[in-house]
Amino acid sequence: MRKILGLAALAAALVCGTANAQQQINVKIGVLTDMSSLYADNTGIGSVIAAKMAADEFMKSHPNFKVEVVSGDHQNKADVGVQIANQWIDVDHVDMIADVPNSGVALAITQVAAQKNKVFMASGPASSDLTGPKCNGNMVHWTYDTWMLANGTGKAIVKTGGDTWFFLTSDYAFGHALERDTAAVVTANGGKVLGAVRHPINTSDFSSFLLQAQASKAKIIGLANAGGDTINSIKQGAEFGIVKGGQKFAGLLVFASDINALGLDIAQGLIFTETFYWDLNDQTRAWTKRWHAERKDDNKVPTMNQAGVYSGTLHYLKAVAAVGSAADGKAVVAKMKQLPAEDEVYGKSTVRQDGRVLHPAYLFEVKKPSESKYKHDFYHLRVTIPADEAFRPLKEGNCPLVSG
Amino acid sequence: MFEIFGIPSAALFGQLLIGLINGSFYALLSLGLAVIFGMLNIINFTHGAQYMLGALTAYLLLKWLGLGYWEALIVAPIVVGAIGIVIERVFLQWLYKLDHLYGLLLTFGLALIIEGVGRNYFGSAGLPYTLPESLRGGQNLGFMFLPNYRVWVIVASLTVCLGTWFIIERTKVGAYLRAATENPTLVRAFGINVPRMITLTYGFGVALAAFAGVMAAPIYNVSPNMGSELIIVVFAVVVIGGMGSILGAIVTGFALGIIEGLTKVFFPEASNTVIFVIMAIVLLVRPAGMFGRRA
Repeated sequence: MRKILGLAALAAALVCGTANAQQQINVKIGVLTDMSSLYADNTGIGSVIAAKMAADEFMKSHPNFKVEVVSGDHQNKADVGVQIANQWIDVDHVDMIADVPNSGVALAITQVAAQKNKVFMASGPASSDLTGPKCNGNMVHWTYDTWMLANGTGKAIVKTGGDTWFFLTSDYAFGHALERDTAAVVTANGGKVLGAVRHPINTSDFSSFLLQAQASKAKIIGLANAGGDTINSIKQGAEFGIVKGGQKFAGLLVFASDINALGLDIAQGLIFTETFYWDLNDQTRAWTKRWHAERKDDNKVPTMNQAGVYSGTLHYLKAVAAVGSAADGKAVVAKMKQLPAEDEVYGKSTVRQDGRVLHPAYLFEVKKPSESKYKHDFYHLRVTIPADEAFRPLKEGNCPLVSG
Repeated sequence: MFEIFGIPSAALFGQLLIGLINGSFYALLSLGLAVIFGMLNIINFTHGAQYMLGALTAYLLLKWLGLGYWEALIVAPIVVGAIGIVIERVFLQWLYKLDHLYGLLLTFGLALIIEGVGRNYFGSAGLPYTLPESLRGGQNLGFMFLPNYRVWVIVASLTVCLGTWFIIERTKVGAYLRAATENPTLVRAFGINVPRMITLTYGFGVALAAFAGVMAAPIYNVSPNMGSELIIVVFAVVVIGGMGSILGAIVTGFALGIIEGLTKVFFPEASNTVIFVIMAIVLLVRPAGMFGRRA
């Protein structure tokens, strides 16, 4: 009798054991970012922290998940980025690559992800080609793209009378894409593009290019550049009396970190489009507080790219949980397109067939110094563009994944 | 007005003036490098980081002590020069007898450390620093709007450059320095403290870089990366001018600034590379540089 009871107890214990032990799912995420150059403040360490926040949060609600986050610096060079990505995927078993500011590097990484069937969660780059001719089934394009920036900022400015444009363009994939998309919006809305000058990325002196912009007599000088280049253009523009002479700057891609660096004195009145602002609502404020606790530097302000890493990583992990494993990149991305996304920084988003993520866009105007009441109080919200209007229509992208 | 090569002459003169302004930065920085190399035989790769430290010190002086631009122009070079003297005493003095490569490696490493620490504390987007009140605004010259501050940059750097050249080539102190470079033992035999002179010279070269940094702070983005972008171009300038020649560094600095300015008008995408193309050509034709003496 005792023996039978003993065996029964053992059997029960064993059954209980296997019933509680869910399949452990291991996921490794690589944040490939710019740690040392002109985009380091709008992505960089802040992005890595955002990814870690998402990973920790997800692991709390899903105890069977083990999510590891690694990071790397692509230094704005495509060959360095590809080398890191290849090593991560082949040797370190990384399943998803996140961030990648710099569209040139991103266009290379999206090929790597497709070839090796891993996931590229592109929350950093801008080029709309990523969901256009260069789209594939292994990537999702989070946060923003050049079409949305052109449509948001460009349309708004042309409608208020800025109908002649001159572009200051960063001479690589991102700048060309932004110039092209904005020029299309300007001409479609009745404006005229008077000319453009292409400058090398990471230029410190814009005086010569600004002089050419002044000579063109265009009403609007469109800054098709980002990060340190935009900051320098605006700062030196103030010096050369561009605004006093009657011309206006259109910051086509401006981050909160840029405004932080310029100061409201110089940046006031700038109009641009973003998809996230730390002070937008209670949820974004709460998230920003948590981000600051990890970042340990109160002088920094989170940008839409960093929030995008958080949002995209959460949705990716949700999709991995639904699929059951992170091994098949295509399957996880397909699941990401099926499931609706929701989080406290972007609210509700949907992932479209071509990989484009749709969220609402916001037209912001930078406050005057007198209007800023507390630290990092930078923006007035002028217009909210709903998600289905903010991004390029599905059929217009020439994405091979979209039939018809 | 008439056109030259399809560009209206007004625009061209404007660009030449801009080129002259950029040239002043190149001249100041390459002067510091030339002084240090000519006198100490050290290839000072930390020069870019020291330029950045000058700008950073100006920003911090404003933030912590409320000292404005004009005070910073004097205090920052002294502070950074002192840091330079410490670097020389602790690291560089052991390398004078060795191959140039050691000095290059050490100073390059120091540059990376200084920039990395700066990036850690200040980020890379940049720090705000506004133009001093007295130099705001500008003159409308008809063909362009010339900011007052840029005129000040040309004037200040010309003065400092010519002053330095005068001290080194035409005064007794300069003569001692040049003699000490050629034959330190003999000069010491005359009772002149050669090691102290060398330390002070390095400090002076560093102070020149910091001075350029303070002048750059109101117009260029004050960020830990600002030196690394500029230093490569400045090295090319020094090589073209001749590594040991003071006058060569000054003249080449201004000349190359103008050439770069013209490139920005006719072929802006190449403006980053034109100086290196010229360097390659000069090295083929005159390996010691335009004004250099054979080492």
